[in-house]
Amino acid sequence: MNIAVLLKQTFDTEAKIEIAGGAINKKGVGLIINPYDEYAVEEALKLKEKNGGEVTIISAGADTPDAMRQALAMGADKAISVEDPALAGGDEYTTAVVLAKAVSTIPYDLVLAGWREGSAQVAVRVAEELGLPHINVVTKLDIDGGKATATRDIEGGNEIVEVPVPAVITAQKGLNEPRYPSMKGIMQAKKKPIQKLSLGDLGLSADQVAAKVKVQSYFLPSAKAAGKIIGGEAPQAAAELARLLREEANAI
Amino acid sequence: MAKGILVFAEVKDGKVKNVAFEMLSAGRKIAGQTGDELAAVLIGKGVAGLAGSLAEYGADKIYVAEDDKLAQYTTDAYSKVLADLIKETDPATVLLGCTVLGRDLAAKTAQKVKAGLLSDCIAIDVEGGGLVFTRPVYSGKALLKAGVPESSPAMATIRPNVLTAEPAAGKGEVVNYAVNLDASDLRQVIKDVILQVSSRPELTEANVIVSGGRGVKGPEGFKVLEDLADVLGGAVGASRACVDAGWIGQNLQVGQTGKVVSPTLYFACGISGAIQHMAGMSSSKCIVAINKDEEAAIFKAADYGIVGDLFEVVPILTEEIKKVIAK
Ligand SMILES: Cc1cc2nc3c(=O)[nH]c(=O)nc-3n(C[C@H](O)[C@H](O)[C@H](O)COP(=O)(O)OP(=O)(O)OC[C@H]3O[C@@H](n4cnc5c(N)ncnc54)[C@H](O)[C@@H]3O)c2cc1C
Ligand SMILES: Nc1ncnc2c1ncn2[C@@H]1O[C@H](COP(=O)(O)O)[C@@H](O)[C@H]1O
Repeated sequence: MNIAVLLKQTFDTEAKIEIAGGAINKKGVGLIINPYDEYAVEEALKLKEKNGGEVTIISAGADTPDAMRQALAMGADKAISVEDPALAGGDEYTTAVVLAKAVSTIPYDLVLAGWREGSAQVAVRVAEELGLPHINVVTKLDIDGGKATATRDIEGGNEIVEVPVPAVITAQKGLNEPRYPSMKGIMQAKKKPIQKLSLGDLGLSADQVAAKVKVQSYFLPSAKAAGKIIGGEAPQAAAELARLLREEANAI
Repeated sequence: MAKGILVFAEVKDGKVKNVAFEMLSAGRKIAGQTGDELAAVLIGKGVAGLAGSLAEYGADKIYVAEDDKLAQYTTDAYSKVLADLIKETDPATVLLGCTVLGRDLAAKTAQKVKAGLLSDCIAIDVEGGGLVFTRPVYSGKALLKAGVPESSPAMATIRPNVLTAEPAAGKGEVVNYAVNLDASDLRQVIKDVILQVSSRPELTEANVIVSGGRGVKGPEGFKVLEDLADVLGGAVGASRACVDAGWIGQNLQVGQTGKVVSPTLYFACGISGAIQHMAGMSSSKCIVAINKDEEAAIFKAADYGIVGDLFEVVPILTEEIKKVIAK
């Protein structure tokens, strides 16, 4: 079973966000593998161990290959990185069209992705672009007899959904425990191929993937006024808090 | 020329979700400025009776798409219906609630109609004749303003509880929309649905949330928080530390890798205030922190704080709140 995993790097959440000239200053910001994508990689590796085949990591517009190397060190076989200046101003539509084309360059039986990094759009759009069904927010996956059966989160519970494969599955926390790369894995990863493709290599023009969304500006949330610490012994403090919640905050 | 606003009205347990009314109210205001028609769409089985409630919140037109094949939500079926409706009626703007279902449906539909989609928006403004949406990015550490001028329609999902629902009657014309679905549209088969029975509201829709962190010390520790939540008709939430420890279900986790919530009132009890937790609750209107450690980061995000042992403070607070409510 050949599996494509869509992988994205994301800002380290501890990173301090700075804005310069209406755009996010990306210099010096630590990047980590999107946590949801780690579950996708792990699931792909488990399926490969069971069924054989190849795991290919696919990324679009990633400016650093660290996340890819990490996935290769975990055990993925190879990677495809689509890099093109035209991707810089892209949106989820852009990314999805590019990723779908990149997936189409390899034989695949399944596409795994994270359920969200930012907007929870890209993987679902890729499914539509490839004409595949998808199951979103998956915490348990079985592939058997040409079908994927998944448990997914829905509001207030779970549901079990079945789709024919190939399909796109997006990983939610709980799907598995991602492994740490072993020393041997890290050494081997250095020799694994990362194929770089441009838009032209995929037969796409910049126009075809032009963003639909037009960004106007980035800004920082307005600083919150310092809150009130209510002093005194617990009974007095609790009574005062209840009063403030009613009279000042209008919250109860 | 695309014109008008279309609001997808999500139905849960036979009722329209509040976020649909919130979007209609926002849509009403925009329509007032732009002269747009405000339409809503109900998709499902046995949902026609809900059209009246949408008219009460300002819908001029309500499309009702009913079919046996729509009795349960599947992305394939619902996105086909919504995309068909968009192609036929050509709205300039399509709004959906940023719920698990709304996110799933919006992404699939957007790609079907080749539209731009802004996710998890917290404000919509009319600027220069077009709509501008605001959404948090990078775990809420920055905000992004963007429009979707290059796309028809402009699509957006709106975070529940951030816009205010206000009744304002619309024309309320009901249009039955003929559904066109064949078997090939329906690849997803729902085998089973397992719902957790809870008397408390869904986290993302709750007005009040009482959350516990590692400070609750174990599963039993949540009891005092549940008592407070129940007095206020609220939901119970948790930090990831509690979920990872197995004290409470993953579905109640608030934060970057959990639910994003914006209740009127959020209690953080025994929660230190890690950035990943704040990412899920910082847009709450009023935040109360109860923590033993006066240095805890959560106090910086809080409107009100009490430095103390939650097991001592919360039960007294519950009683005091009962008294205030009874007044
Ligand atoms: C990629 C990633 C994603 C993450 N996603 C999330 C997420 O979605 N949500 C989330 O919450 N976290 C998330 N985390 C984890 C986050 O970094 C913190 O580890 C977590 O939020 C800490 O939980 P806590 O505040 O309950 O525990 P702690 O940090 O251990 O804090 C416990 C607090 O309880 C106080 N306390 C102890 N006893 C009492 C008492 N009796 N009365 C009052 N106060 C008491 C202590 O003073 C302390 O401040 C994520 C982390 C990573 C790396
Ligand atoms: N640029 C990208 N390259 C590869 N995969 C991506 C990219 N953007 C998004 N994805 C995949 O799509 C998922 C959802 O991303 P998003 O729609 O940005 O929340 C991620 O978890 C990834 O698996």
